[in-house]
Amino acid sequence: MSWVEATGYLERLRDLFYGLAEIRDTIKRERCIGSCGTVRVKIGFPTMFRNGVIMDVTNPEQAGIAEDAGAVGVMVLDKLPYDVRKSGGVARMADVKAIEDVMNSITIPVSAKCRIGHYMEAVILEEIGVDLIDESEVLTPADDQHHINKWIFKVPFVNGARDLPEALRRISEGASMIRTKGEAGTGNVAEAVRHMKAFNNDLRTLASRRDDEEFLRDYARSSKVSYELVKLVADLGRLPVINFAAGGIATPADAALMIWLGADGVFVGSGIFKSSDPRARAEAIVLATSRWDDPEAVVEAQRMVSEKSAMQGIDIKSLKPEELLQVRGSA
Amino acid sequence: MRIGVLGLQGDYEEHIYLLKKAMGKKGVSGEVIPVKDRSVLRRLSGIVIPGGESTVIGRLIERSGMTEELREMISQGLPTLGTCAGAILMAKRVRDRVVGEVTQPLLSVMSIGVVRNAFGRQRESFETEVDVEGVGRIRAVFIRAPAIVEIWGNARSLSSIEAPDLGRISILAVEGNMIASAFHPEISGETALHEMFIDIIKK
Repeated sequence: MSWVEATGYLERLRDLFYGLAEIRDTIKRERCIGSCGTVRVKIGFPTMFRNGVIMDVTNPEQAGIAEDAGAVGVMVLDKLPYDVRKSGGVARMADVKAIEDVMNSITIPVSAKCRIGHYMEAVILEEIGVDLIDESEVLTPADDQHHINKWIFKVPFVNGARDLPEALRRISEGASMIRTKGEAGTGNVAEAVRHMKAFNNDLRTLASRRDDEEFLRDYARSSKVSYELVKLVADLGRLPVINFAAGGIATPADAALMIWLGADGVFVGSGIFKSSDPRARAEAIVLATSRWDDPEAVVEAQRMVSEKSAMQGIDIKSLKPEELLQVRGSA
Repeated sequence: MRIGVLGLQGDYEEHIYLLKKAMGKKGVSGEVIPVKDRSVLRRLSGIVIPGGESTVIGRLIERSGMTEELREMISQGLPTLGTCAGAILMAKRVRDRVVGEVTQPLLSVMSIGVVRNAFGRQRESFETEVDVEGVGRIRAVFIRAPAIVEIWGNARSLSSIEAPDLGRISILAVEGNMIASAFHPEISGETALHEMFIDIIKK
């Protein structure tokens, strides 16, 4: 049997499985038509976010501002990351009611965060109909060894990562989207830049050594992921899922910088609603993220905001090692 | 031929990839370029409006000052393919399933009425096989998809599916040189609609 025939066989097998999944869903009288929550549906969804901005909000009013400004989605939180940092204590999933209020007030996708490894918070979020779940280091981890098995959910997950091996571990657990971790709630983009550059360095190395099986096997072994996933990434020269930048993005120029570095879009957490010009800032960041490659448009975006209104920000060097959020859940 | 893919927001890269593949299949030579401002509009032989968030793409088209020109060119016969958000932007009537009336900038060029998020939220997003008139059976991916609930004038439906709460509804419509699809052929990798689009351009 030649390779071409083998592929044909695998494709027929896949069609058979999709067929079975459809029959299963029909029998279970699921709310959906055809087959829901397939890998293609889960990975296809975040591609609709490309060159878009997802904004952290805490109530329907902020969600309305985000939608009007042109956000591709909102992330509902109990407290913005900046306030999580200030208040200390245990940070958990937002109130169900708060999330539902936002879902009923806007037409764009609604995401919410659950704690790392907290399977039940994820079940709750899926049940109430959240469109995307962020298994986030901003909340206090429930399991410092393991993440949630995301393959068994119909709703796609996004996970944070600081480098490529961490991203690949999350993908092998079923993440449908990746974001840099950055250092949330600081208004300082430096860590997100560091993480994006770490991705890029490894991607370049993998792409240039895509035919060096020994190297790819070593990389897979040290990253604790399968060789097949590493080979796929080496062949693609990018992550096989959408990759957003997050953590510390506060201005239109920050957003454009991250897209220029290779991010597919940006999450903005405290940057918008911790500034004193949220409406204008949200709109400006949307513009800069979409038209990042046109200096005129980025200038126009930057002109819409004032540095005097930006969130104050925290220098990462002033944080104690135990105050860093990015080191959580990197196993 | 030079095909533009509106590249302000959404899955335009998948469309560019699939258009190139469809061109290869058809043996047509030409280029596919992302469109982000007015500068190249007049030199296009066709335009694709990709999937994404219709609210965002609509606002960015407006901010880039393309709305009037694009509307005029499409009305005058510029071949146009819109998928999901693209179909919403092309429709003359738009509602949302939960929120109802929506206030978002639209191109309003096609005689169809759509309901946004008609099938539900992402949890209810699905893929299935659909029969398309003149093409046959293709795999279609619906992501928080709209449904085409009204069709009038010269527009006509090419494919429909049975939905639990909605009954039999259209998911693909054509009118003149315009194609509007509720699903994403660019996500399932089906080139059929893009080939149909290239045929319209060649006409």
